[in-house]
Amino acid sequence: MSTPIAPDFLALPLRACADAALQAATEAGASHADVRIERLRGQDLALRNARLERRNDAVTVGLAVRVIHDGTWGFASSPDVTVEEAARLARQAVDVARTSRPLNAEPVELADERVYPDATYVSAYELDPFEIDAPEKVALLSDWSSRLLAADEVDHVEASLEQVLENKFYADTAGTSTTQQRIRLQPRLTATRVDPSGGFETMRTNAPPAARGWEYLTGGMWDWESELAQLPALLLEKAKASSVEAGRYDLVIDPTNLWLTIHESVGHATELDRALGYEAAYAGTSFATLDQLGSLRYGSEAMHVTGDRTTPNGLASIGYDDEGVQTQSWDIVRDGVLVGYQLDRRMARQNAAALGTDRSNGCAFADSPAHVPVQRMANVSLQPADRGPSTDDLIGRVERGIYIVGDKSWSIDMQRYNFQFTGQRFYEIRSGRIVGQLRDVAYQATTTDFWRSLEAVGGPQTYLLGGALNCGKAQPGQSAPVSHGCPSSLFRGVNVLNTAREAGR
Amino acid sequence: MTTAAAGGDLVEQALGLSRADGCIVIVSESSSANLRWANNTLTTNGMMRDRSITVISVVGECVGVRSVTGVDDLEELVRASEQAARDATPAEDAGPLVEGPADERFSSAAQEAAPEVFATVARELGSSFAAARADQLNLFGYASRDVTTTWLGSSTGLRRRHVQPTGYVEVTGKSAGGSTWVGQHTRDWSDIDVPTLDREVRRRLAWGGRTVELPPGRYETLLPPATVADLMIYAYWTAAGRDAAEGRTVYSRPGGGTRVGEHLAPAGVRLHSDPHDAALSTTPFVVAAASSAMTSVFDNGLPLPATDWMRDGALTALIQTRASARTTDSPVTPYVHNLSLDGGGRATTDEMVAATGRGLLLTSLWYIREVDPETLLLTGLTRDGVYLVEDGEVVGAVNNFRWNESPIDLLGRLAEIGRSAPCLPREWSDYFTWTRMPTLRVPDFNMSSPSQAS
Repeated sequence: MSTPIAPDFLALPLRACADAALQAATEAGASHADVRIERLRGQDLALRNARLERRNDAVTVGLAVRVIHDGTWGFASSPDVTVEEAARLARQAVDVARTSRPLNAEPVELADERVYPDATYVSAYELDPFEIDAPEKVALLSDWSSRLLAADEVDHVEASLEQVLENKFYADTAGTSTTQQRIRLQPRLTATRVDPSGGFETMRTNAPPAARGWEYLTGGMWDWESELAQLPALLLEKAKASSVEAGRYDLVIDPTNLWLTIHESVGHATELDRALGYEAAYAGTSFATLDQLGSLRYGSEAMHVTGDRTTPNGLASIGYDDEGVQTQSWDIVRDGVLVGYQLDRRMARQNAAALGTDRSNGCAFADSPAHVPVQRMANVSLQPADRGPSTDDLIGRVERGIYIVGDKSWSIDMQRYNFQFTGQRFYEIRSGRIVGQLRDVAYQATTTDFWRSLEAVGGPQTYLLGGALNCGKAQPGQSAPVSHGCPSSLFRGVNVLNTAREAGR
Repeated sequence: MTTAAAGGDLVEQALGLSRADGCIVIVSESSSANLRWANNTLTTNGMMRDRSITVISVVGECVGVRSVTGVDDLEELVRASEQAARDATPAEDAGPLVEGPADERFSSAAQEAAPEVFATVARELGSSFAAARADQLNLFGYASRDVTTTWLGSSTGLRRRHVQPTGYVEVTGKSAGGSTWVGQHTRDWSDIDVPTLDREVRRRLAWGGRTVELPPGRYETLLPPATVADLMIYAYWTAAGRDAAEGRTVYSRPGGGTRVGEHLAPAGVRLHSDPHDAALSTTPFVVAAASSAMTSVFDNGLPLPATDWMRDGALTALIQTRASARTTDSPVTPYVHNLSLDGGGRATTDEMVAATGRGLLLTSLWYIREVDPETLLLTGLTRDGVYLVEDGEVVGAVNNFRWNESPIDLLGRLAEIGRSAPCLPREWSDYFTWTRMPTLRVPDFNMSSPSQAS
């Protein structure tokens, strides 16, 4: 926590704008008001065949005011961070609440939260990527691309590095004010092999995005050297692999693939706003409805899923959420049973009796100063077993199966039942041993069937924090960063499709 | 941070400060309003202003881009963009900047989204919610209005300004009879009538009075315009000419080259884009803050012509920047932000239902993702209403399905093409709003597995 918050963010008129907005909102009759001032600094680098295709540097600054007036939400935002604009937005937010009042049937009340005056948070990192010269970053990506391109097996290489420095200032009429800073980045490389007689195959690095600094690329946290060295041969093996025979298989799923299945089938399904129908017209609802809290058999006894916004280097980790709630860690699925949801303050108050708690667990998030905070995903993670098996041990338990590595295609229905995933690599397992790669694999299942077929989770030595920068939800659309940790895990009898046959070939 | 100057003035000031070999400045200002509801009550709302100022500097063949939402010091922004260009390696898409006209209205101010439109909609929705509660029906949805003004100028003297209004409304209705959806795009909200949307939701929910469980399999299926739009947008987004020429898309010809010239759809089918299409009008010139396989910053300001991507069933063009057109020896056919499919058919969806012996009628598609780029195999779900049609009538609602299909493959298997009409894509509407599509009859749509989602 020794890293200071960016001085040029602190130089904005944060307090003066907050005071002006909160005062104007109160004078206009708001029973609650909160103000967010945010700055997002982003740099996007993309290389094609080791040549720079795109370098974009963008700074987004803005101010948002949210009010409750006559029991109804109102929200207004602007890119201009001035005292005058803050007061104007507060009045406009009250006007929006008045205009919306005929639609509102349920007065908004918020769960109580302690007041945190002048709280700060800075995510852990060693090297601010914005302090590294862009040519140095481009040179590293170009070097990595060139190594892949030098291999006979590879015809094309795409490399990209997305970096974000996020600053948030929040203040509300209760007296909380927080100033926070986070860094996140995502490096990835994709190699493509084109068969001269037709057809092509691709393979991507599996390094997850992380709330880390530039050290993620150079500091030994991910073994880039061996991943890049192995990629060309693995790509060729995949291109020449035999096409999978569709049917039921035991699956050992690597954390580089399983994180996304957790995201879609557990993370989204246990968002309370989805369970309540708030997203029914867009992102969708959830089969895991509130009346099943404490009784829904989500998966096998081996399934222990937690939610948190506190994990070091987690993409959803932060000190306080966008409603001034201190972040926490809690159980979502314990011994295979649904025991918790992801909440914000309104839903926590409204459903206190069913939830057995009247406190938000701090999942309100807005992806930019232009957007209203909604309940977004915590780091939702599958816990490993103490002294649990290695990945090889899990593979050793399988007679006929597939070991799946890396995420690729993903899709799940609007109630989070039916999903279909592919991957980067599919290794055929016979009699407890890997015998080579397969191609054209997709696994398709219903969420509860899949998690009930979980026989074993690996030990802490197999655990990896995966994640995504671009989780979508809400209208207007918002994109959130989130991490998911998990161990390698063994599932029995999962339906595997042959994607070439699905295409009618 | 503030920006008092109007967009056109900002462009002039930034160009005046430039010391680069070439400079492009793009300013956009938007104002928008939205309402969102669920379970017959408001969930979120907002009035938002937004702005971006992008300075693209060209030094030799190198380019640097800086974007901000507000500036205190415009010169600092211009210098940072120039420094980024000096730090860069030569751009593969480098070329002369576009010369062109100076729009007469370049110095005009931004247009605002009038908030009063929403007061009417809010009142109508309030009545709609009350009636829904009385009838044990739940309404969910979203209404959005955005007006974005874009100014684009360059050191060649080019000055373009465009005002783009974009609005849409979508309503999901749920009752004991299942779930359904209607959606409509709009320019100024004068054509949105909440009671009309309400009636259509209720008509479709009534179809769910009887429910039928069907197993996975290949079914004769009527794909209405909103579903065709979501499929064709994916086909369009993967149509970069450079990628195809490199052998790595569904538009690549085995052994080299592209499939341009090949018949992919029945005779008479035309897939096209036209920024001046009165019902779907979009920005009539290239606006690009970044280069990719689909677009080039060097093309900024290039007029966008009407383009046929398929004509008479044959693939006629892929998306080509000036740079990719040079390297692939193709005409320049840049990306245009609308899409129409037309097969000359006259039948409405209702008429196609009436002409169906036994088949499925879909409402919308969801969670569409690429499974195999080589065939453009996509997966996704049916959403908010799969209906069984027998002897020309809807006889009940069917469970949802996960499907696996390639839009390119589908075009080659069409049994009937209906009348094209403007429509709102369901999945991609927040990125791609302006489409005109027909209902398609496919004899054997691949429903891969059932989904319990309702």
